[in-house]
Amino acid sequence: MYNKNTAIIKNDEVMPGHWLLCLDSPDIARAASPGQFLHVRCSRTLDPLLRRPLSIYCADRERGRVYILYRAAGRGTALLAGMRPGDRLDVMGPLGKGYTLPSPGRSVAVIGGGIGAAPLFFLLSEIKAIYSGRLENVAVFLGAATGELLLASQTAALGFSPYTATDDGTVGFKGSVIDLYIDTNGSKVDRIYACGPPPMLKSLSRALGPDIRAEVSVEERMGCGVGACLSCVCKVREGAGEEFRYAHVCKDGPVFSIQDLFF
Amino acid sequence: MNLQVNIGGIKMKNPVATASGTFGLGREYSGFVDLNRLGAVVIKGTTLLPRLGNPAPRIAETPAGLLNAIGLENPGVEAVVEQYLPFLRQFDVPVIVNIAGDTVEDYARLAQRLDRQVGVAGLEVNISCPNVKKGGMLFGSDPDSAAEVIRGVRASTSLPVIAKLSPNVTSIAAVAESVAQAGADALSLINTLLGMAIDIRSKRPVLGNIMGGLSGPAVKPVALRAVWQVFRAVKIPILGMGGIASGEDALQFIMAGAGAVAVGTANFINPAATIDVLKGIEDYMEENNILDINDLVGAAHR
Ligand SMILES: Cc1cc2nc3c(=O)[nH]c(=O)nc-3n(C[C@H](O)[C@H](O)[C@H](O)COP(=O)(O)OP(=O)(O)OC[C@H]3O[C@@H](n4cnc5c(N)ncnc54)[C@H](O)[C@@H]3O)c2cc1C
Ligand SMILES: Cc1cc2nc3c(=O)[nH]c(=O)nc-3n(C[C@H](O)[C@H](O)[C@H](O)COP(=O)(O)O)c2cc1C
Ligand code: FES
Repeated sequence: MYNKNTAIIKNDEVMPGHWLLCLDSPDIARAASPGQFLHVRCSRTLDPLLRRPLSIYCADRERGRVYILYRAAGRGTALLAGMRPGDRLDVMGPLGKGYTLPSPGRSVAVIGGGIGAAPLFFLLSEIKAIYSGRLENVAVFLGAATGELLLASQTAALGFSPYTATDDGTVGFKGSVIDLYIDTNGSKVDRIYACGPPPMLKSLSRALGPDIRAEVSVEERMGCGVGACLSCVCKVREGAGEEFRYAHVCKDGPVFSIQDLFF
Repeated sequence: MNLQVNIGGIKMKNPVATASGTFGLGREYSGFVDLNRLGAVVIKGTTLLPRLGNPAPRIAETPAGLLNAIGLENPGVEAVVEQYLPFLRQFDVPVIVNIAGDTVEDYARLAQRLDRQVGVAGLEVNISCPNVKKGGMLFGSDPDSAAEVIRGVRASTSLPVIAKLSPNVTSIAAVAESVAQAGADALSLINTLLGMAIDIRSKRPVLGNIMGGLSGPAVKPVALRAVWQVFRAVKIPILGMGGIASGEDALQFIMAGAGAVAVGTANFINPAATIDVLKGIEDYMEENNILDINDLVGAAHR
């Protein structure tokens, strides 16, 4: 889908340096699934030129609203942070292949690092619906640099009680969210869902036994967002050894099975 | 109003095509653009054998421009023919296959393989890719080696042959004359300009391949100049490209001498860019009472 004039309902700084954008788009809200992204034009001029990929934070199908939680990381996202309710945004999406949703009751762990937790919020709200609110089998792990950047209250509002880790130790476990996960998770889960910076995904892949399925979301620089320019490559395994091929994050991902990724 | 053009034997219903490498193998944008409305679809550079392409990062943004070092990733000519061309055959649009090789023989064998292939309207011979170690731009930077490639292709196919030229040369007109003499039916210009970017935090080049090709609005004046010079030097038709994002941009290329245009990087910014460019051309013709697009070709020289 492509709409040059998607109305902005809200765009507020909800944590230091992080904005929550709400768009009026019943079409996207209906079509979206967790892990997919929107390809957003942050400027009406030719500089910055390219669109920016941003994950869908959640979709309110009844009211036709789509949310994005983003960090003002550079020029494009800073321009986006300057937009006001009533402004129009040029949006393509939903794009890409998202997470495979679990069947009711399966035990799952959901692990998010920093702003990487954004797409997991959408996933958690879908899991809540699928599980009819019975969430004993869902363990949520959130990590961030500092306590104020944890998405803990948002997650708690959905009815989950997340385990938390911060780099500075101000809230929860002091250290990485993966170390926290290893410390906490004695019992086996059927599936892990994760999203976060590359070092986090790498240490998760090391920590995992071979028989646990884990789906993780990957980031790479994008041009087209639809598989046409071949710029957004990541290495995936081809056979058992050091062989690899390139997958395209915008189309084959952004969600991949961690066993397929080549770190 | 007539929008039909003929580029070296390829009949196009209007003068707007897609630029190779920016429109995949046709299917990727088909949800955003009705392919039947395009003048032609030029697909991604195709080689004899599959190619992995270069390591990431493959792109970097520059002011109003884009550096890319994809490195001709493609599934190889057999897969293109078997798996991708059938999809494009459903549409009423000429398909032009962009071909690239490491050696003169590679180009000739590709031309032979695609000769008489159902659903191929013509070949665009990429002697101008800046992102591969062998072949590519090395052929296009010298009039004699460029001619040698085109002669090999010409002898191997009855399809229309379009030579795609590099701007990274001292005299693009000299290369154009040379490939025209070697039997090219038309010319595509320009391919990307060799460039690079450096990240001051890591003190390293941004692109995995170090250097890449610059495209997008930033290169338009260079491309327009190239079309202008080549139009004066040769008689064969020109498919003009480089930074085209609007009808106005396209009309500038046509007035400089392009018989048709291709839209590249602009597709990434606006997935319907090709259609918007076409509408812009139509609006201009209507407003200015121009009955045939061909009357505008080279208008700025008169
Ligand atoms: C599938 C996907 C989903 C994403 N979801 C979110 C999200 O929900 N929230 C969020 O805050 N961020 C998300 N990101 C990262 C976000 O796209 C970048 O932070 C953003 O593009 C930076 O743009 P900028 O102009 O502000 O920064 P600049 O540094 O000016 O960007 C320069 C160039 O680098 C690219 N770039 C910079 N950082 C990244 C990155 N981490 N990944 C890919 N390209 C990058 C930009 O797209 C641009 O082309 C996601 C990235 C991907 C690939
Ligand atoms: C991502 C990307 C991939 C490209 N791949 C090819 C290719 O495979 N073969 C080729 O001849 N040109 C290739 N090009 C060059 C374009 O076809 C075009 O000549 C150039 O980008 C200038 O046009 P533009 O500014 O409208 O993009 C590529 C350009 C880009 C941006
Ligand atoms: S961004 Fe173009 S192929 Fe993925």
